[in-house]
Amino acid sequence: MTTLTTPPRTAPPPAGPRTPSGVDKWRRRIPLLPALIFTIVVTQLPFVATLVISTFRWNILRPGERHFTGLSNYTFVFTDERLRTAVLNTVVLTASVVLISVLLGLGLAVLLDRRFPGRGLARTMLIAPFLVMPVAASLLWKHAIYNPDYGLLNGTLNTLYRFFGADHGPTVDWVSTYPMPAVVVSLVWQWTPFMMLIILAGLQAQPGDVLEAARVDGASAMATFRHITLPHLRQYLELGILLGTIYVVQTFDAVYTITQGGPGSRTTNLPYEIYLTMFRKYEYGEAAAAGVVVVLGSIVIATFALRTIASLFRQEVSR
Amino acid sequence: MTARLTPLWTFVAWLATLAFFAPVAWMVLTSFHQEADAATNPPSPLAPFTFDQYETLFSRDITPFLLNSAMASVISTLLVLALAVPAAYALSIKPVEKWTDVMFFFLSTKFLPAIAALLPVYLIVKDAGMLDNVWTLIVLYTAMNLPIAVWMMRSFLAEVPKEILEAAEVDGANLLTVLWRVVAPIALPGLAATSLICFIFSWNEFMFAVNLTATQASTAPVFLVGFITNEGLFLARLCAAATLVSLPVLIAGFAAQDKLVRGLSLGAVK
Repeated sequence: MTTLTTPPRTAPPPAGPRTPSGVDKWRRRIPLLPALIFTIVVTQLPFVATLVISTFRWNILRPGERHFTGLSNYTFVFTDERLRTAVLNTVVLTASVVLISVLLGLGLAVLLDRRFPGRGLARTMLIAPFLVMPVAASLLWKHAIYNPDYGLLNGTLNTLYRFFGADHGPTVDWVSTYPMPAVVVSLVWQWTPFMMLIILAGLQAQPGDVLEAARVDGASAMATFRHITLPHLRQYLELGILLGTIYVVQTFDAVYTITQGGPGSRTTNLPYEIYLTMFRKYEYGEAAAAGVVVVLGSIVIATFALRTIASLFRQEVSR
Repeated sequence: MTARLTPLWTFVAWLATLAFFAPVAWMVLTSFHQEADAATNPPSPLAPFTFDQYETLFSRDITPFLLNSAMASVISTLLVLALAVPAAYALSIKPVEKWTDVMFFFLSTKFLPAIAALLPVYLIVKDAGMLDNVWTLIVLYTAMNLPIAVWMMRSFLAEVPKEILEAAEVDGANLLTVLWRVVAPIALPGLAATSLICFIFSWNEFMFAVNLTATQASTAPVFLVGFITNEGLFLARLCAAATLVSLPVLIAGFAAQDKLVRGLSLGAVK
């Protein structure tokens, strides 16, 4: 049985009964400092550097031409056709992966919340896609499943067609015909277990007496789900969507492996576009500016995510 | 009392489970086949078993890549714990002032996309002559997992009952005794779960590994993509390599199943 946060009580957050003296304050801070300093140095300084580099005209193929250009990289970022495509692809990719995997995860969680023969085994098997190394999973989908000649998908279709008397099944080249859906499906496969786990934890944290009362009052299963379970699940769904969004926006492995952003730039998302700008075009200034824009975009999503996590967190702290 | 599924829904549940598991099963199955049996249409799942692919992998030097991965993930996990446990202590048992602000600072670093840090990190690492060095990955993975570990460990340490801590202090027990007798028994399962989560994330990391290493320090995921470009496509061997590199995480993940969701939600959901 998993438990979440009990409903908030009125008790204030735990604080020392007396205000600690100066010496004591510092004694408390000492264990925190190594982690804090390490985090600031390794994660914050690179972003300062990115900000600085984003104001330079800097291509390493033309050494000696590095100079300050103010905000012109940003003008480029906001007017460049490729980057606009990349932004759009990122939105499409992230939104479809997150929404589909939340819906599938919800369905699976509702099933797994009930008892049935082999439930433990089914749960373990369902987690597996999330644990396969992402690069390995992408290669697996690209070569073992989507391959037009001997992939599992066409192979299965072929077997089915032959079973029903046809000569040969269709030979679809999945990755070049449907590049974006191909990437989305492989990512949905990886992220559905994540959503399922979070939603399942939510379902199992439902107060049993409320459900029991609804049953005694003769509420139908559907009505109970809509009026009791879904409102209760809301914060878990939000958490899954927001964390999923933050991770999926950063997708690099799947695009790099399955489509290399192609055909053309039809599946190039922002991380992959920044990678190309950096290591194929060597336009450091432009890459940095695009990076800053991605950070700003992430801050918007993160603000919502932090608010949701903060509300879960406050409930827990106030216990 | 948990309700039961009807036979029809049990069937649906198992059908969905098998559909999700099919690619994993296919990967493992193909890895035990000969190349000729792997790339057939229609598929031949019942082809004879062989360990040839695994033997070839080890004779083709997958070992250094696995060792690099193991070193990067194990050492970074140990470093994360060394930094996160004291920090979590200062955020729960003896909290500093404004400790929630500190928590959210750690969390916010996790929300910044790693790709935006790649360029400066690459330039700094190149200047320092640290390209293609496992220690570069160790430092980056430590930073990447530290916020997760701080949040997870805090949520475990917060379960240590305040009353017992206060009682022990009143009785004059020294800090070490309190840590050993009261804190450790509650924190140890949390410590294990936290290290498994950190291990999983660093073992699977690809973006920094592929861009910051070349030959000496490359990790398992880099081996996988290099394998395709260098050798053309060998499906059975690819599946063997994919199975082999995923195995440690599959084992760690199944072992940490109950704690997985807590780690993934940064301790927000138990």
